[in-house]
Amino acid sequence: MNKIKSLADLKKLKEEVQSKIKLREKGDNPDNLIQIKVSMATCGIASGAKDTMNYFIEELDHQGIDALITQTGCMGFCYAEPTIELTMPGKQPAIYGYVDKAKAQEIIDKHIKLNELVDGIIPVSYKTIDE
Amino acid sequence: MNELALHILDIAQNSIRANAGLIEIRIHEKPDDNLLQMEIEDNGKGMSPQQVEQAANPFFTSRTKRKVGLGLPLLKQNAEQTEGSFQLHSEENKGTQLQVNFGFHHIDRPVLGDMAGTLLILAANEKQAEIKYSHETPKGQFEFDTREVKKELDGIPLSTPEIRKFLNEMIRENLEQIQISE
Repeated sequence: MNKIKSLADLKKLKEEVQSKIKLREKGDNPDNLIQIKVSMATCGIASGAKDTMNYFIEELDHQGIDALITQTGCMGFCYAEPTIELTMPGKQPAIYGYVDKAKAQEIIDKHIKLNELVDGIIPVSYKTIDE
Repeated sequence: MNELALHILDIAQNSIRANAGLIEIRIHEKPDDNLLQMEIEDNGKGMSPQQVEQAANPFFTSRTKRKVGLGLPLLKQNAEQTEGSFQLHSEENKGTQLQVNFGFHHIDRPVLGDMAGTLLILAANEKQAEIKYSHETPKGQFEFDTREVKKELDGIPLSTPEIRKFLNEMIRENLEQIQISE
């Protein structure tokens, strides 16, 4: 039987990870990072925002793309959940609605990797929410 | 919402918005008493008696982005559907306590769901609120405290992919150990 992981194992992992982190640190300024905010209030959660967020985290990690993925409150587009706000470095944020896994994949393949906008942007003059 | 983990993810964000420094989440599974109890307690800014009274009203919210607030009403409905109960206490500038009881064996009781995913999302919240989670079943107890984890990590962010993966497995394995068949 495998041993159950505990905080003691975390200590070991920490040392491994620490050296990798140092390499990454130079790009750590949030302005240089791709930022994704997943709207996660009741409306978002009920529509599957948690799966969308996990998909972005796993897929971007898998493809080796550094991004800052955070949850945020309701953006007011409850009809179009799950909603995400994607900010490419140095660009204005774009809001995408109805982001399921297939849409998330399309956004990663086109917007994040090729800087091409994808269908489904919510066209509003939008400011990042500041709760 | 059909998972307890989703409700917790939803409700605990109220605490984060209320600037809580510590959010305690406690789950007790007591199948012999036909009880699944969930408690969420924070030390945030609390609510006035009027707000407490209105909190379970779907057409009341403290937000300005929209006119409805469904988080607590949905949870209350889910609890009451399983012959459970819903109690909300709050004191301004002290904090808020929520206790929700579900009928453990009731067919409409939400399943636990992906608690590890919920805890990781909450743990990496922007306002640095600490999360203390405890889960008790007849088979044992599991505790997860972000203060302890952060102490071990010594400045490495919880959102680092390797750390996230590790913590996800750690929570999952520990919860499996105390899981009772549903």
